[in-house]
Formats: sequence, structure tokens, C-alpha cells
Amino acid sequence: MPDITRDEVAHLANLARIDLDDAELDHLAPQLSVILESVASISGVAGDDVPPTSHALPMTNVFREDVVRPCLTAEQALSGAPAQEQQRFAVPRILGDEQ
Amino acid sequence: MLAAGETTSVELTRAHLDRIAEVDGAVHAFLHVDAEGALAQAAAADERRAAGTPASVLDGIPIAVKDVLATQGLPTTCGSKILEGWVPPYDATVVARLKQAGLPILGKTNMDEFAMGSSTEHSAYGPTHNPWDLDRIPGGSGGGSAAAVAAFEAPLAIGTDTGGSIRQPGAVTGTVGVKPTYGGVSRYGLVALANSLDQAGPVTRTVLDSALLHEVIGGHDPLDSTSIDQPLPSLVEAARQGATGDLTGVRIGVVKELGGEGYQAGVLSRFQESVDLMVKAGAEVVEVSCPSFVHALATYYLILPAEASSNLAKFDAMRYGLRVLPEGIENPSAEEVMRASRDAGFGDEVKRRIILGTYALSSGYYDAYYGQAQKVRTLISRDFAAAFEKADVLVSPTAPTTAFKLGEKLDDPIAMYLNDLATIPANLAGVPGISVPSGLADEDGLPAGVQILAPALADDRLYRVGAALEAALLQQWGGRLLDRAPDLDKLDRRSGVAR
Amino acid sequence: MTADILVPFDEVLERFDPALGLEVHVELNTSSKMFCGCPTGFGAEPNTQVCPTCLGLPGAMPVVNGKAVESAIRIGLALNCEIAEWCRFARKNYFYPDMPKNFQTSQYDEPIAFDGWMDVEVDGETFRVEVERAHMEEDTGKSLHVGGATGRIHGAEYSLVDYNRAGIPLIEIVTKPIVGAGEKAPEIAKAYVAQLRDLIVALGVSDARMDQGSIRADVNLSLSPKGSGVLGTRTETKNVNSLRSVERAVRHEMSRHAGVLDDGRKILQETRHWHEDTGITTSGREKSDAEDYRYFPEPDLVPVAPSREWVEELRGTLPENPTQKRARLQAEWGFSDLEMRDTVGAGALGLVEETIAAGASPQAARKWWLSDMARRANEAGLELTALAVTPVDVARVQALVDEGKINDKLARQVFDGLLAGEGTPDEVVEARGLAIVSDDSALGAAVDNAIAANPDVADKIRDGKVAAAGALIGAVMKEMRGQADAGRVRELILEKLA
Repeated sequence: MPDITRDEVAHLANLARIDLDDAELDHLAPQLSVILESVASISGVAGDDVPPTSHALPMTNVFREDVVRPCLTAEQALSGAPAQEQQRFAVPRILGDEQ
Repeated sequence: MLAAGETTSVELTRAHLDRIAEVDGAVHAFLHVDAEGALAQAAAADERRAAGTPASVLDGIPIAVKDVLATQGLPTTCGSKILEGWVPPYDATVVARLKQAGLPILGKTNMDEFAMGSSTEHSAYGPTHNPWDLDRIPGGSGGGSAAAVAAFEAPLAIGTDTGGSIRQPGAVTGTVGVKPTYGGVSRYGLVALANSLDQAGPVTRTVLDSALLHEVIGGHDPLDSTSIDQPLPSLVEAARQGATGDLTGVRIGVVKELGGEGYQAGVLSRFQESVDLMVKAGAEVVEVSCPSFVHALATYYLILPAEASSNLAKFDAMRYGLRVLPEGIENPSAEEVMRASRDAGFGDEVKRRIILGTYALSSGYYDAYYGQAQKVRTLISRDFAAAFEKADVLVSPTAPTTAFKLGEKLDDPIAMYLNDLATIPANLAGVPGISVPSGLADEDGLPAGVQILAPALADDRLYRVGAALEAALLQQWGGRLLDRAPDLDKLDRRSGVAR
Repeated sequence: MTADILVPFDEVLERFDPALGLEVHVELNTSSKMFCGCPTGFGAEPNTQVCPTCLGLPGAMPVVNGKAVESAIRIGLALNCEIAEWCRFARKNYFYPDMPKNFQTSQYDEPIAFDGWMDVEVDGETFRVEVERAHMEEDTGKSLHVGGATGRIHGAEYSLVDYNRAGIPLIEIVTKPIVGAGEKAPEIAKAYVAQLRDLIVALGVSDARMDQGSIRADVNLSLSPKGSGVLGTRTETKNVNSLRSVERAVRHEMSRHAGVLDDGRKILQETRHWHEDTGITTSGREKSDAEDYRYFPEPDLVPVAPSREWVEELRGTLPENPTQKRARLQAEWGFSDLEMRDTVGAGALGLVEETIAAGASPQAARKWWLSDMARRANEAGLELTALAVTPVDVARVQALVDEGKINDKLARQVFDGLLAGEGTPDEVVEARGLAIVSDDSALGAAVDNAIAANPDVADKIRDGKVAAAGALIGAVMKEMRGQADAGRVRELILEKLA
């Protein structure tokens, strides 16, 4: 029976970039355990011979031509920005390195 | 009426805006009403009609749109605080098609946050109330659209359905709701919940209205790689044909696993009556079994959160949406701002599903959870395929119960998830489904619905069988079901204009 | 932070075997982006080449650029890869402000091309580099870091993001671990990147300019004790922005790894940052499982299943492979094996080719690029291709020499002017007054001056010691500031002293 610990929830919240406080962590862990228990019922239902379905309807090779289409204006692009400067999105200092 | 010149679009639109002002304080179906825009669009529609060049059959008929679809210039919140005030710079394809067809957009309707829910109680802006009983839920996640139509605030609405979010509200509000074949209606501009399950569709008072609306919004969209590149079948024709009441030669499959235990007695009675009526109309009933359906809920609650957790990562306060600075940190980093904003902006149900989804996809767990769920999905599709060999359509009650009271299931996520038992399988297999009102349950006098499912690409069967059933029920009732809903003017508890 | 202990290169090889890995990202030159119709041109105003899709707006959806798929297949074929019969895109989930969706649409366990190879020539020997895969993905936006000392990310107060680059198609090419390279590891790494770049350019799918970021190389390195056969812990080094850096970074990491291992410590599996100016790597992110990418198939896209007919059709469009091409050019140009090897090794093959196409002789082209230009590039710390001198320029300068308008020595001054941005070769000659004086009277005057200033030498010549003319020629050249044809000067001297 899968049981999800408070620490595991904290780790997952970290991966998902959500800052859960102690109360939320205490609250969520048991709820998630219950949900996990019910969904774990599907383990072993489908054998190795059953292929996975990622799309309900089988389609392949949907491509577009390499042609330029109209874009947004910079004003439109930045319209929702919480902060902007020099026509760019201003974001707080980034920890971690260049990708 | 519009075609006959008996009224104008402006009058029609104004009448609905008045109705909204009158009752939406109590119902709270709308998150945003665009009176000015709607009236301007209505005026343009009137001009077109006067010139003899209507844009479509539905030109000038006002419509409400679920707040999960991007509408250029109108706020789009998805029922979440994280998108409070966000105004998209573009239209969803569905919205663009509505505009092209001339339908004035009255406003955006309430929903469970990011379409996660079955009661619209998870909206960050307060719940919507069922027009049949304001203390009860209108279903979810598209409770706003269904309630608006049921309360006569809008003649038509657009909803979206990932696990039943059009059909289930339809059932508990006495309206018609359709989930098209997956890929039948463009998802471009539909803020994704579970990309492999989501579909936009009509929410209306009659089956014919749904067919008309479906034909306006459906069809291939080059901006959506998963949209079907084939012409729609003739849905309006199928609805008209069905309305003659003849179902001779149609095989109706009753799904064993979608009924029985867990289903309210009154819901089952109305369902049985509907099946009997279909037989009277000439249909043949067969019992079919889809054994994998018992795993549908678990499969759904693994696939959906997994896809959603990835879809919702974009809400990080960097480009749009709520930005909250963490308390007590001087000069916070981007990471810290992301975390604080997401914590403040997302509600509990959304957080639950994001965590669950992150878990299901994480290394070491992928095969057992998400991977396994995708396999069980194949089994479910196979069950449908086998069932459709024996039957032309499958039927079941749309939802296990009638509308429950607000707050009743909020603390029990699993109890909430069970509302989608009957509707989920169709999303997993991509097949289309419709919910048609089947009457009022004896115990509580609240609406119930019948779900009709058809094979992928055979949406026309929904309309034929749905229209036939509707005609038979109308005759039996001697009038519209919705006319039996309580008068909202008298029950108005929270007066005031809706936002 | 204490400085790393660096074990001398030769010593490293005595006790360790290096294993190398190269991950190269190529930016395709399609007109529109990977998943949307935004333009891809360089240098536009910020955030003017974005749409709901590449900006990651809620509700937007991707559609695959068919031309990018075609380019990916051609790259795979040119690298002798198998092309997948059926493959999908996958989401690589992680958070970073230059990623609009906070996931990158890429390919995970189903790349479009896999199991290929490329033969790399180093010092006349052929070394086969095995290619594990080539797959399609999208580029990220670009950030400007404000407030820090160096404009780099560390110490910045905040950042400004431009998403024009987000969504541009990238092909990532990953080698299998390259073992057995031994002491040649640094050169093989450099040669692989250089030759891969030539291949990409020949295919016409990208500009592949390291200095512009349209081709980027990350270098992976590990050491294992000699003969143990067990791969060591590897580090990944980024910010390797030139061919020179590739070689230097490999060399440096080998020395650094050895230093750590000798000290009894363990190599940290991490990403390191190369600094070309100081010639060292510094520590970056820890490449641990702290970042679980949670890959799953992209549900908004359908699988890519290239038909075998289409693949064969594309195979027919491949240019001759580099080995065939080099053999052909060497024969055409009449280069010796050594001359050809030097040209390729200097990364000058394309430049020489273009210079010849612009009219220069093969030997002249080779001469200029491999000596003068190579020296200048080295001094400036630049790639040959990044010098402000073009093949057309070089051909023109040589033509001026051939015409007798200038000589080799003056030509070098012309190149100085070109690099200083003074204009075309002809303009520089004009502006700086570098043309050889062909006016005999002016020359004659200088010759007379030289004769007068060196009477003893003049006498020797009158006596028949023609070889002594050299000293007088020198004097004349000095007076003419080099702007004379030495041969003509000699003639004049001998005439006058006959």
C-alpha cells in the first residue's frame, strides 16, 4: 500500500515549485495517501502485452509548412507582464546557471 | 425568431443582460459580463440580417463562454486567482468561430479552478448555485455555463469536458451538454487541463440547439495538431431526423458497469424510463459489459494530474498572472517568487492534483502509475470497441446522483471524484457523449440526465438518439422540464448585478 | 576557493584513460520556429518575434515544422544513423525563466535518428566517433542579467528576458562515450566539432557559427585508471564557444580530474563552466537527481513516422560526405597530404574553398589563411571564420599582388587595414598609399640615392659581383617604404651600373 510521507510531499512540492507551509503539508499528505491508495488499484491490471494509449485517435505526421505567420506585437506579448523593462520581461534574480 | 424578424439581436441580447442583472447575484454563473461588447456585436448582427447576409444560422444569438477559453480583450481567469485580471491577446479558435458566425458573447462563466472539480465549488471566485435549488451545486467543472443556460441567462453556452465537465452539470441542471469526439473541436486557446482528454462542446436547452452550435465550432483547425482532419458529419440533420421520434433499427447498449450500486434510486428510475421510451420508439436494447470501466476512475486520476502538473508549470509569475513576493525575504530570487506566487495563486484541489501528477511522473514511479494508466486506457478503448460491435450507441445515467448540497463533499476528494464515474470512460477512449435531461428524481425533485455515447467520429448518432428521446420525454411531460424550475426572481437572496 | 590541482597532461595519460562525450546543439536555419510560425531572424527588437505558442500563453498549442523534421532526418542520414520509423516528442519538465512553458518540448527515449557514426581525421589518422542519437527540440529565450559586475548571472540583481529565440528549432547530437582516444582526446574532440560543423554547413541546414551560437558544444569528460575498463564519474563543461576552447577544455578537465583523483577525492558529477580567458573551468550546477525531468510523451503532438520512401528521397539530397569531398578537393588543388591535413586541422577548409572560388590560386589561398590569418586569429583569440577578413578579400589582395600593384609585405599592411575596418582591399591600398611605385623616374631617383650612399657596393657591382645588389635593393626599398617591386629595382640598379 503506497503511503506518501510528509517529506515526500515536500520534495514533490519543491519539484513543482509550490511553497507549501507546514499546515498545508500536514493537510495534504494523508489526503494524497488516500487518493494514491485508490489509484494504485490499477497496478497489474494491464499486462506487458498491452500497448499504452497516448492518443485516443491514431494520427501521425501532422506538420506545417515552414512559412512565417503574423506574430504578436511586443505590446501584446508584454501585456500581462508583472514587470517589464526595455521591452523585455523583468524577472527577479535567477539562481542557478545559464542553461 | 430572429430569422422571422419577430425580434432583434439587440433586444434579445439586452433581455439576457437584464436577466443576468436580475438573477446572477443569486446564481453567480458569470465571472465577467461584457454588456457593451455584446450589444455592439448584436447591433452588427442586426445589420447583417437587415442586409440579408446573416453570418450563420445562429447569427445574433447571444452566448456565454466558459472562462477556460481565451477571449481577446476579455478577462480569462480559468476560475483561478493566479490569472486574476489576465486579458489574453488572442482568441481561442472556438471563440473566433463564434465571432465569425455572429454570436454576441455575453461574458465568461464560472468554473472549478482550472477545470478541476465536479461542483464548481473549487472556483477561486465563489461557487455557482444550481438554479433548481440555490443551496445546491450546479455540477462541475462547467457549472457556470450550465447554470446560465438553466436560469435563462443565456440561450446557449460553451463548456469544456475532460471527465464529464459538460455532461454532469447538464444532468444536474436539466440542460443538454455534449462532449464531441476527441479532436472534433479545436483546443487551440482552451487552457489545457489534460490535453489528451479535453474537449470543448455545446451547453444548451435543447438537442437541436446543441447540434447547431456544434456545427459552428467543430471541424479541423490547423493550429491544433490533434484536431480531426475530416469534415463533421451532418449533426443538425441527424437531430431533425431524430426529432421525428423513430429509432427503428437502432441498437441501444446498456452498460452493466455504469449503473447499480452507488447510483441514486431516483436517477436510476428516470434512466430506466428513458430506455423504455427509446424501445417504444423502435430501438432494440442489448446489455453490454465493459469490465475495464471499473478502473476508469483510477486511470483518469493518474493521467489527468500528470498532464495537468506539466500544463500548470507555466504559471510562474514571470510573464503573466499573479506575482506575489515571499514574506520576510529581502530581494527574493525568481525561484522564491515562483514558489510564493504559485502557493498563493493555486487553490487546494489544484495543488493536490499537481503534487499527485508530479508523483505519478517522477522517476521510479512512471511505469507503475502514468505508464500503467496509459495501458489501462487501451483496455478501456477495447471494451468500447467490443461494445460498439453489438450496439450503435451506449447509454447510462449521466451522473450517479442529483445535485448535492454545497459543502457536502468538499472535505472528501474521493467522494467528489465519484461524480464522474459514468462520464470518465468516454474521455479516456475519445468517444463522444451527450447528456439529455431524463426528468426529476422522485426523492428530491431534482434533475437527472441520460448519457448517450457513440463511437468516435459518429457524433451524429448522439443527436439522432438524443433528439428522439427528448421528443418522447417532452410529450410525456407535456412541456419543458426547465419550466418546472423554481422562479429565481422570487428566490433572489443575493441581489445585485453579476460581475 | 582553493585553486584546482592540475596534473601535467603527459602524466595524466600515464595513469588514466580518458573517456569523452560531446553534445552538440545545432540551430536550424528554417524560416519559422519549431512549433509555430514566428520568424527566426537574428537581431530583431526584443519580443517582436513571439506568438501565444512560443510565449507559452495559456491555451496555445504547438504544430510541428515539417522542414525541421526534414533537416533532422538529413542530419541523421549524414551521420550514418538509422531513422526512426515512429517516434514522438516528449516534455522535459523543469523551471527556468527563459523557458516559457517551464517544460521543453524535446525527444526522450524515441529520438528521430540513432546509432550513427562520423569518421574524424586527426594527424592523418582516422578515428570513428559513434553517434548515439540526434533529436529535435526547441531553443529557449535569452536573458540579460542586470546589476552584476560582469553582466553574467552570478551577482545580478535581476534579469530581462527576450523570447524571440524561444522555439527556434534545435537538433541535439550526442555521441556515445568516446574511449581509446588517449592522448589525442583533446584533438579528437576539436576535430569532431569542426568536421561536424562542416557537415552541417554542407547540408545547408544551419550557419553553424560557434561565435553566434548557432552551433554549441558541451564537453563531457571522465577518467578511469589505466586499463581498468570502468568508466569514471563525468563532468559536463559548458560555455565552450570556439574550436580552440573545445580542445583546451578537454585538456584542462583531464588535468583537473587527475588532480582530484590523485588527491584521493571523488569527482563531483556536475556541470562546469569554461572560461576562455583564464583557461579553467569553474563549478556550476550539481548534475544530480535534484532535477527529475519527469519525461512523458507530448500529448499536444502526434507521432512522427517518416515513411521509408521519404527517407530515401532525402538520402538522395545529401552532399558528398566530408571524406569524399576532401579527397576530391585535394586532387583539384594539388595539395600534398600534409598541406591538406594542415588546412583541415586549422578549420580553414571552407575558407580556402571560397577564396579559390573568388579567384585565387589554391596555394595562395592556403598560404594566406594558414599563416598570416591563422596568426592573426590566434593573437585575437578568434576563430578563423570570425576574422573581419573574408575569402573574397583574400582573393582580391592576392590578385593585387599578382597584378604587381603591391607585394607580399605590403599585402600584410592591407590586411591590417581590413581588420581595422578601413574598407575594401582597394580602398585600403588607396587610403594608406600602399601601391607599389612603378614610376621609373621615382624609382630611378631612389636607386641613384642608394648608389651614391654606398659607393663601395656600387663598385663591386660594376666589377661583376651582381649578388651585391642585394644591399642596394634593401636601401632602395627602405627609401620607398617597401612600395617598390624588388625585381624592377634590381633591374634598374644593374642598368645604371652596367
